[in-house]
Amino acid sequence: MSSGIVTGSYIIAAVLFIFSLGGLSHPRTARRGNFYGMVGMGIAIAVTILLLGESANLKLLAPVMLIGALIGLTVAYRVQMTEMPELVAVLHSFVGMAAVLIGFATYLDGSDGYVGVAKVIHEVEIYIGVLIGAVTFSGSVIAFGKLKGIISGKPLLLPARHWINLGLGIASVFLGVEFVSTTDGMSSLLIMTAIALLFGVHMVMAIGGADMPVVVSMLNSYSGWAAAATGFMLSNDLLIVTGALVGSSGAILSYIMCRAMNRNFISVIAGGFGTGSSSVSSATYDGEVNEILSNETADILREAGRVIIVPGYGMAVAQAQNTVSEISNILNDTKKDVRFAIHPVAGRMPGHMNVLLAEARVSYDVVFEMDEINGEFTDTDVVLVVGANDIVNPSALSEPESPIAGMPVLEVWNAATVVVLKRGMASGYAGVDNPLFFNENTRMLFGDAKQSLDSILSELSR
Amino acid sequence: MKIGIPSEVHGNERRVAITPDVVEQLIKLGFEIAIESGAGEKASFSDTSFSSAGAQIVADTRSLWEGADIILKVRAPERHPGLGLHEVELFGKGQTLICFLWPAQNEGLIKMLSETGGSVLAMDCIPRISRAQKMDALSSMANIAGYRAIIEAAGQFGRFFTGQITAAGKVPPAKVLVIGAGVAGLAAIGSAKSLGAIVRAFDTRPEVKEQVESMNAEFLLLEFEEDGSGSGGYAKTMSPEFIKAEMELFAEQAKEVDIIVTTALIPGKPAPKLITVDMVKSMKAGSVIVDLAAEQGGNCELTSPDEIVVKEEVTIIGYTDLPSRLPAQASQLYGTNLKHLLSEMCPDHDGRISVDMEDDAIRGATVVHAGEVTWPAPPIATAAPTPKKSAERSPEPTPVAKEGGGFGGMVGFGLVGVGLLLLARVAPPDFMSHLTVFVLACFVGYQVVWNVTPALHTPLMSVTNAISGIIVIGAILQIPSGNSLVAFLASIAVLIATINIAGGFYVTQRMLRMFQKGKN
Repeated sequence: MSSGIVTGSYIIAAVLFIFSLGGLSHPRTARRGNFYGMVGMGIAIAVTILLLGESANLKLLAPVMLIGALIGLTVAYRVQMTEMPELVAVLHSFVGMAAVLIGFATYLDGSDGYVGVAKVIHEVEIYIGVLIGAVTFSGSVIAFGKLKGIISGKPLLLPARHWINLGLGIASVFLGVEFVSTTDGMSSLLIMTAIALLFGVHMVMAIGGADMPVVVSMLNSYSGWAAAATGFMLSNDLLIVTGALVGSSGAILSYIMCRAMNRNFISVIAGGFGTGSSSVSSATYDGEVNEILSNETADILREAGRVIIVPGYGMAVAQAQNTVSEISNILNDTKKDVRFAIHPVAGRMPGHMNVLLAEARVSYDVVFEMDEINGEFTDTDVVLVVGANDIVNPSALSEPESPIAGMPVLEVWNAATVVVLKRGMASGYAGVDNPLFFNENTRMLFGDAKQSLDSILSELSR
Repeated sequence: MKIGIPSEVHGNERRVAITPDVVEQLIKLGFEIAIESGAGEKASFSDTSFSSAGAQIVADTRSLWEGADIILKVRAPERHPGLGLHEVELFGKGQTLICFLWPAQNEGLIKMLSETGGSVLAMDCIPRISRAQKMDALSSMANIAGYRAIIEAAGQFGRFFTGQITAAGKVPPAKVLVIGAGVAGLAAIGSAKSLGAIVRAFDTRPEVKEQVESMNAEFLLLEFEEDGSGSGGYAKTMSPEFIKAEMELFAEQAKEVDIIVTTALIPGKPAPKLITVDMVKSMKAGSVIVDLAAEQGGNCELTSPDEIVVKEEVTIIGYTDLPSRLPAQASQLYGTNLKHLLSEMCPDHDGRISVDMEDDAIRGATVVHAGEVTWPAPPIATAAPTPKKSAERSPEPTPVAKEGGGFGGMVGFGLVGVGLLLLARVAPPDFMSHLTVFVLACFVGYQVVWNVTPALHTPLMSVTNAISGIIVIGAILQIPSGNSLVAFLASIAVLIATINIAGGFYVTQRMLRMFQKGKN
């Protein structure tokens, strides 16, 4: 097959990938976008195999790809929507792993015949590809562990952790010089891989549970850069384009997440949110919370005209999205205006809540982003906060001393009544007390979110 | 523990200390409930409704008192006309009584109660702190009194409250003056407003101006600087100069308004006389005065407690039992206040109460503790709740992310440019063309991804996962390598990259299928 056709096909595939991301600008076009992605992928793989022709070794390739596809489909079929962050983390780690393996394979192969500057550049590409791949891999594995709860969500803060990171970085640069300048750089490459793996582990270990949206999107970005580096290493433009697309997508998501928490990207990555020496736990609030029972909540909802539901990570944990959806259906049937307000960092990954609500068959046109709905709480009768805390904390706006000061939050307190479903009075991830709970127009409904919502639902449907 | 609710014995008292709803809630807290037969009748709660809520109906008053650990009442104990003895005689050691008591006015009664050896909590002594609001029966009753005051006034007033233009002519709206914008005053303002009247209000505490205006009523201001806020959210006595100015204002208003509702009370003192005989004389014929301070002597000089009198062609309503005239509502709010208090005293929800003298709210209410008089309670340091400030928005939060551009941005861009030129000098053209592709792709990605709706961020991640599986073609290209280790590594890479591709696309498809508009 001529290389012209290959290049042409790769261009088509790249364009299809861009369409695929472009389709996601609206739920209506998103499925077509995904289809474009699949077609692009199919074209790319088919053309690559055709390019190799005889030497493609289909006897090996076909079963391997079949097994891979089967595993992928099974996992994707079985996964619960609440487990999406975990799945995404695992998939990131695979990209990282593949980049490491390809890097090593390229180096071992050594049959590319580069000389001079080209050889140096090529080796730097391999080195960087493996480095990014390894960080992505181990970081994603730890992120998976944290999301799954195998590893504690608390940030692990080693003493002098910034120095450790710096030391690892300097060691990597030193080994890189070593790797390029010697003829047999295998040992340098291996040591660097170990260091990079360690770095990935250390980096994600230091980041706490609620910063996970940033971590997941950051790793998404890394997996893209790993693919792009592999593209450089193999002189393959399709890989470069795709990697760049994915890399910038992840970077934008990380930026959006950081902005939603009013935090600096560097400070998230450096870890240890809210535990540093500077963060004094600011004002604590005494006062009594007003408790409410689920039947009283049902009464309040029955009498309300405009209701906004604010879901948080607690809803995902309690798997309460279906009950929430049924409650909203019942309220809709009685001619009430029910909407959902989603904070960008609600949940453990970008868009997590939207997916859960979609799964529960909540129409996407009643689900609003923070900026769209924040002004409307004033005209709202009842806000139902389901398992969210920091994202509805008024001290983010009112107390400059607060660790979460400046973080944009959903201004639920402007509504006539706020009902907060919560297990207990524990503070949120940020460890900040939430004065919302002590407001006069706040009612606390304690207990497991699923059970509370179930009894509200049965009360409402009577 | 068993809670007993006797019938109220005070003449004309229609309230009852509990409702079927509250019975259910108290049973959930672990209590047993016994109620005297017919206790809720005047408040329209039948014995059947109580027994179906789980209460035991007891016909005999004496055995009800004897069998209960906790007695809930509305009014303070008094002579029982049916049994011919004082209710205190039915009360004894180990029992707890919770009711309105007014200990300052009833010292003899407190002494009698202390001699029984029981414990007594006065609902009127619950301190006015924000965490005790849910138990604040005085506010509950004041709210009802304020509402009922307007209803009584409307009943006596010979005209509409609301203005109308009818075929038969124009009807002007009634003008209502509310003196004292406490809980009762605000309730009166709200009720009068919703009947369509023009409402004005006066209070010595300037901070209530905002509350009055939030109800669309006019707040009358004196040209006089003095703050009448006392402790605990109540008013204090004002200086003579202030009172003079205030009286002038009332005299002026009296000529103009149709209805006056007075709610001015100063704790522990007789009600201030605000509406003089002359003012009443100056009012239009058929006007109505409702004096909510009648029990404490009245704000109007002509008020006769518990009665409606017509003097100087003005109807003056001096009812002291306004909450009892809305018995079902009053019982429900009072019962709920009691429930909150009991729930506070029974933190483990095991049906056992304890009198925690460390708790400000309970300490304040406890008048007799195990036979000892503990009234008055020491003052609480914290004053009445000040309006919440927490919800106010601070000036725009300072975003961390700085705007790009400016001088720094230019310098950065320049440095990157110089770096690229240096690289281009040494790098082979092949590399530079790859770099071109890379940089352009980053910009395309940047543009495309900003357009992705936030709702689809999760599918975005899973689809990018899938397409970063494109790394598979790198691995496919390496499999033919002669080196078996390379082929092995490449096969593993193919395997996991394929998992990514298949899994990523499929799970994205699954998610996107769920995003739908409207119900199906």
